[in-house]
Amino acid sequence: MDFNFTEEQGMVRDGLSRLVREQYDWETRRKAIASGAGWRPEIWAQLAELGILGMPFSEADGGFGGGAVDAMIIMEEFGKGLVVEPFLPTVVCAGGFLKHAGTAAQKEEHIGAIVSGERVFAFAYAEPKGRYDYADLETTAKKDGSGYVLNGHKAVVIGAPWASHLVVTARTGGDRRDRSGVSVFVLAKDTPGVTTRDYVTVDGRRAAEVYFENVALGADALIGAEGEGLALIETVTDEAIAALCAEACGAMKVAHAMTVEYSRQRKQFGVPIGSFQVLQHRMVDMYTSYEQAVSLTYLATLRLGADEGERKKAVSAAKVGVGQAARLIGQEAIQIHGGNGVTDEYAIGHYFKRLTIFDSEFGNVDHHLKRHVALS
Amino acid sequence: MNLEFTPEEQAFREEVRAFIAENYPKHLADFGMREDMSREDFLAWHKILGKKGWSVPAWPVEYGGTGWTPTQRYIWSEENARASTVMPLPFGVSMVGPVIYTFGNAEQKARHLPGIVSGDVWWCQGYSEPGAGSDLANLKTTAVRDGDHYVINGQKTWTTLAQHADWGFFLCRTDPTAKAQEGISFILVDMKTPGVEVKPIKLLDGGYEVNETWLTDVRVPVENLVGVENKGWTYAKFLLAHERSGIAGVARSKRGIEKLREIAANETLDGAPLIKDFDFAKKVSQLEIDLAALEITELRTLAGEQAGKGPGPESSILKIKGTEIQQRLTELTLEAVGTYSAPYHGGVSNDNSNEHPVGPDYAQYAAATYFNMRKTSIYGGSNEIQRNIITKMILGL
Repeated sequence: MDFNFTEEQGMVRDGLSRLVREQYDWETRRKAIASGAGWRPEIWAQLAELGILGMPFSEADGGFGGGAVDAMIIMEEFGKGLVVEPFLPTVVCAGGFLKHAGTAAQKEEHIGAIVSGERVFAFAYAEPKGRYDYADLETTAKKDGSGYVLNGHKAVVIGAPWASHLVVTARTGGDRRDRSGVSVFVLAKDTPGVTTRDYVTVDGRRAAEVYFENVALGADALIGAEGEGLALIETVTDEAIAALCAEACGAMKVAHAMTVEYSRQRKQFGVPIGSFQVLQHRMVDMYTSYEQAVSLTYLATLRLGADEGERKKAVSAAKVGVGQAARLIGQEAIQIHGGNGVTDEYAIGHYFKRLTIFDSEFGNVDHHLKRHVALS
Repeated sequence: MNLEFTPEEQAFREEVRAFIAENYPKHLADFGMREDMSREDFLAWHKILGKKGWSVPAWPVEYGGTGWTPTQRYIWSEENARASTVMPLPFGVSMVGPVIYTFGNAEQKARHLPGIVSGDVWWCQGYSEPGAGSDLANLKTTAVRDGDHYVINGQKTWTTLAQHADWGFFLCRTDPTAKAQEGISFILVDMKTPGVEVKPIKLLDGGYEVNETWLTDVRVPVENLVGVENKGWTYAKFLLAHERSGIAGVARSKRGIEKLREIAANETLDGAPLIKDFDFAKKVSQLEIDLAALEITELRTLAGEQAGKGPGPESSILKIKGTEIQQRLTELTLEAVGTYSAPYHGGVSNDNSNEHPVGPDYAQYAAATYFNMRKTSIYGGSNEIQRNIITKMILGL
């Protein structure tokens, strides 16, 4: 049993922490997310240069031999600064599919370009009516000669406006919610027949509705075995959830610290409001939920390599516990900031918004509590 | 970073598991409420462990400790929870023992530590008073110097299992003019001394787990003072921090959830096992998730200890979450047994027969245990006091 980071991991953390502190200050971030692009490609280039984008890939695949713990460290630092750049969809999701099931040719084509920062991915899995069920798909990929024809509509594809490539889930067989018949494809966003409707999200990111109309794909677009993609999707999304939980922990840590600091500064009735026991105990409850959330994030991250049942249970436990902590800490932070908490000007509101949307990504508290029950 | 145990730790687990299986007294394998137990039952496992050299694992080796790493101690507590053993009581092992070996003199160590190690001497804790609960420093019991004796007068309360105690450690005011936290001394009292009177307090569960302890002109030799006169508060706080580590009870709660699942598999709702009811199963899963988080939080604290950090204010988190989970567990167990939570099993059956009590065995102690466990968020520094500690020591407010 060991809860220490390696020396290298410590260096990654310090380097990233410095980058976020020095180049992701609040004003710069505010301007960047309001700009036309909505992100900063120059930050992406720096992440490539620092080796961050190649961290979780094996050396054989062209990466730096890191793993889930490295992704956790990276995402936690991103969470502290509310970094919007699409590390999760590109490296954790698309990278995860390629790592676990990509052919040698697919790895060759994509991983190097991810590590260098050249290719940015989005993961198109959600559908307007699918909620959190990865098998509930109306998007279809019909066999056509050796290739496929893709048709459908993917919802709230995070980072799609910035992406050069997409990973898409679609049904190649079976009925709408069957566990079999689900397949995963990788394609360039500029493939004919792909259109997007881009928009901003409430937590300062960019997303798109993505439409596929008779999109012709070669056989080489398929990742993994045809019709057997669901287990692969669950593996990758469990990894994504662990990373997302780490991001939420980073955001919660800052939201809590900001709240404690605010309570020290803000005076009412002639004294700092942090001297009131009723607020102190609420801030303690925020702190204990945060610590418990960190513990569950460690558990999920360290169980990603365990057998399927154990992995799913740990990941669902984390999504439930971190989701509940995120809700509590977000709401309490706003309450203790009082009127200032509900203004756009104060940073705390933006942490609250990110922590709110976190719950809806890859299954909310109710969904994962249900999965936990089913596995118990 | 990893959660795996080393091969050496695995081997250690096998060793202690085998030792427990071979040596734990069979008749104590499934005890109900602990206040029903005799003094001999309480001490049986303690004495076996004393002979083996395993009764005080956390102590320095020179005083009888095992030299185990925090991880080994964690494995030890897990294996004991798995076998539902009656562990040595904390009053000697985790409370007064560490105070004596840390602050006591050579004679006190020689006189008192061996009896704690062997399980021959039973200790009780004289801290709380009717007017000094959470505000412990407001205690009024006095110890007045008279030649080579202290004369102690006052009333202590919530003295757990003092009915069996040979010795007690008492906080007494030795300087009435000093402000609250100063002027308190830590004094060891032989419970057979004239003037010591223990009166049982009947609790909600019908049992007698705690007492009032009255001290009237109790003459105690001055050599029973631990450390320096008027510095007792320092030792009292040291003791409370020790008491809190290990208070999380993770391993016991894990076993408790397993038992809860067994009960809920046996009970029925609409003709199906209760555990198949989603509303109920959801509550059990939530509890299991909270416990999984606490387990890792405790392991993180242990890892810190292994790296040389003492039990710090983080142990307050373990106390708060650990006791909340213990209480929730008894609450869900009570819910699970349903109607058979009502019959009272306090000793005499109403029809004076020797017949087996009504209802399933697992239902017998559900209500009593639920009532009993309300104490956990009150004792050892109430959970509100723990929040005050975190406010001050961690949030810095």
